[in-house]
Amino acid sequence: MQKRIKLSKEDRIYLGIVYLFLGIFTVCTLYPLIYVVSCSFSSPEALVQGRVFFLPVEPGLQGYRAVLNNTRVWRGYLNTIIYTVFGTVLGVMVTIIGAYVLSRKEFPPRKVLTAIFMVTIFFGGGTIPTYLWLNNMKMLNTIWAIILPGAFNVWLAVVGRTFIQSSIPEELFEATSLDGGDYIQYFSRVVIPLAKPILAVLALNFALGHWNSYYSALLYLNDASKYPLQIVLRDILIQNTVDLTNVVGVDVNNALHNQYLSELLKYSLIIVSSLPLLIVYPFIQKYFIKGVMIGSVKG
Amino acid sequence: MNKNPAFKKYYRKGMVQLYLLALIPLTFVIIFNYVPMFGILLAFKDYSIRKGILGSSWAGLKYFKQLFNTPIFPTILKNTIILSLQSLIIGFPFPILLALAFNEIKNARFKKTLQTISFAPFFISTVVVISIVNQIFSYRYGVVNEALNLLGKESINFIGLPEFFRPAYVWSGIWQNAGYGSVLYIAALSGVDVSLYEAAALDGANRFQRVIHVDLPCIAPTIIISLILNTGNILSLGFEKVYLMQNSVNYGVSETIATYVYKTGITQAQFSFSTAVGLFNAVVNCIILILVNTFADKISGTSLF
Repeated sequence: MQKRIKLSKEDRIYLGIVYLFLGIFTVCTLYPLIYVVSCSFSSPEALVQGRVFFLPVEPGLQGYRAVLNNTRVWRGYLNTIIYTVFGTVLGVMVTIIGAYVLSRKEFPPRKVLTAIFMVTIFFGGGTIPTYLWLNNMKMLNTIWAIILPGAFNVWLAVVGRTFIQSSIPEELFEATSLDGGDYIQYFSRVVIPLAKPILAVLALNFALGHWNSYYSALLYLNDASKYPLQIVLRDILIQNTVDLTNVVGVDVNNALHNQYLSELLKYSLIIVSSLPLLIVYPFIQKYFIKGVMIGSVKG
Repeated sequence: MNKNPAFKKYYRKGMVQLYLLALIPLTFVIIFNYVPMFGILLAFKDYSIRKGILGSSWAGLKYFKQLFNTPIFPTILKNTIILSLQSLIIGFPFPILLALAFNEIKNARFKKTLQTISFAPFFISTVVVISIVNQIFSYRYGVVNEALNLLGKESINFIGLPEFFRPAYVWSGIWQNAGYGSVLYIAALSGVDVSLYEAAALDGANRFQRVIHVDLPCIAPTIIISLILNTGNILSLGFEKVYLMQNSVNYGVSETIATYVYKTGITQAQFSFSTAVGLFNAVVNCIILILVNTFADKISGTSLF
């Protein structure tokens, strides 16, 4: 059935521009990533002398060794894992419950509840009132300030509600009811098992948010031992607080080498912190796409 | 609905469970969203920690007057508006262009590969994105300056240039979010009726005309809704990224309402004043959102509410 239509001149010019645009876009997207990876595997001297452009020069793992020896990074990593795991579990539970409640059309306050939830997307108390309120509740400088405030995500609840309404047949509810099942049993025995794809969407959105978040930690935590990875990264990468020159001897050559090493460490650190996500994302991106698609059905 | 009487009786009795379940998200929203809203009162009070919000004495509009009389106020307002408008004008159409371009690729596998690549930066944190920018444009070791040197040019201290801040903010945002942002439009484009393309072809339209006369009108409602949502946020610029990119040199262009609130509020503990600043920001946002929504409704019949 496929016919090969000869492209007109205009069409060829147009397609040429499209492919040029996509080509430039793809190169611009990929190059910084490739450059960072290559730098992270190069030698400190090659990096500082500006000999790295595309592939690693004098390949080695010196940068990674320096990262391995940095205890702050590992504590940050551990904290981030804790916040991500608990934040995700809690977020998914609260949000899917909200989604389920909103999906029951016979629930009288459904519309009011939706309005109450939606208002929070557009209005909030602002930075300072929220900060003082958390302080009032003695949540500052605890894990609660990190995982509780965002646990109910309205946008994801609407995504979940839309999924439940469109993908779980209403007959199942009637069948459950006639068998003597109540709303909670219907939720736990029918909705949850059938809502697995949407649970994945919620979980991954929460996990990505917690993994990359630094805002709430910056505002609400002041104890360095509780800092998540992103705060540690900010200190080292942007505020340059790692100074290896002080650590090892006074030998001039060594000092210089260490200064180079602290520059190399930045690249290795970027990779160490982002690698888990960059490895798994091609396999999980479909869940993020799905979230956007379902969310756009009725935004 | 089911007419079975046993079912009906049952269903009223069980409703209490739904109320109980609803209490869980409702509690979260009340505690973490609605209670802080009452904290807005702070902006109208002389807040003292000992007396609490309700016990503190009224200050009227004192803090708003203070804001309007602050010498830096015009600058931070201007910076916020310029940065938001630039992000919107350059950043908003980009995902649409990208989606239209993806839509022209016929080879499904190739399309999928490019789309996956475009998605990668979305998974990278803002902290890392900014540090990649800093590294690549670094004065001493950055690859951009190395390339300039190879071409026989002098190194440029990009990070120290105030003019560098806005383009770096806008384009790093595009780098990070364009791929993800295009998903919405790709979904909308996949819903375009194929018969429209055939009709356009019969009328002798070329590919570009097809995009203008078929694709764009079909995804217009999606574009308008997300434009309204984006405009509504025009002044609530991400604090995170600006704060990360701020340095002593670009302070004059990078100090925005959000960073000012953070500094006066959290760092200097001027709680009432910074709440007033935040509230001013929210009110302006709200007015802009309503204006844009009304405008979009009049022109295209598409609106948010």
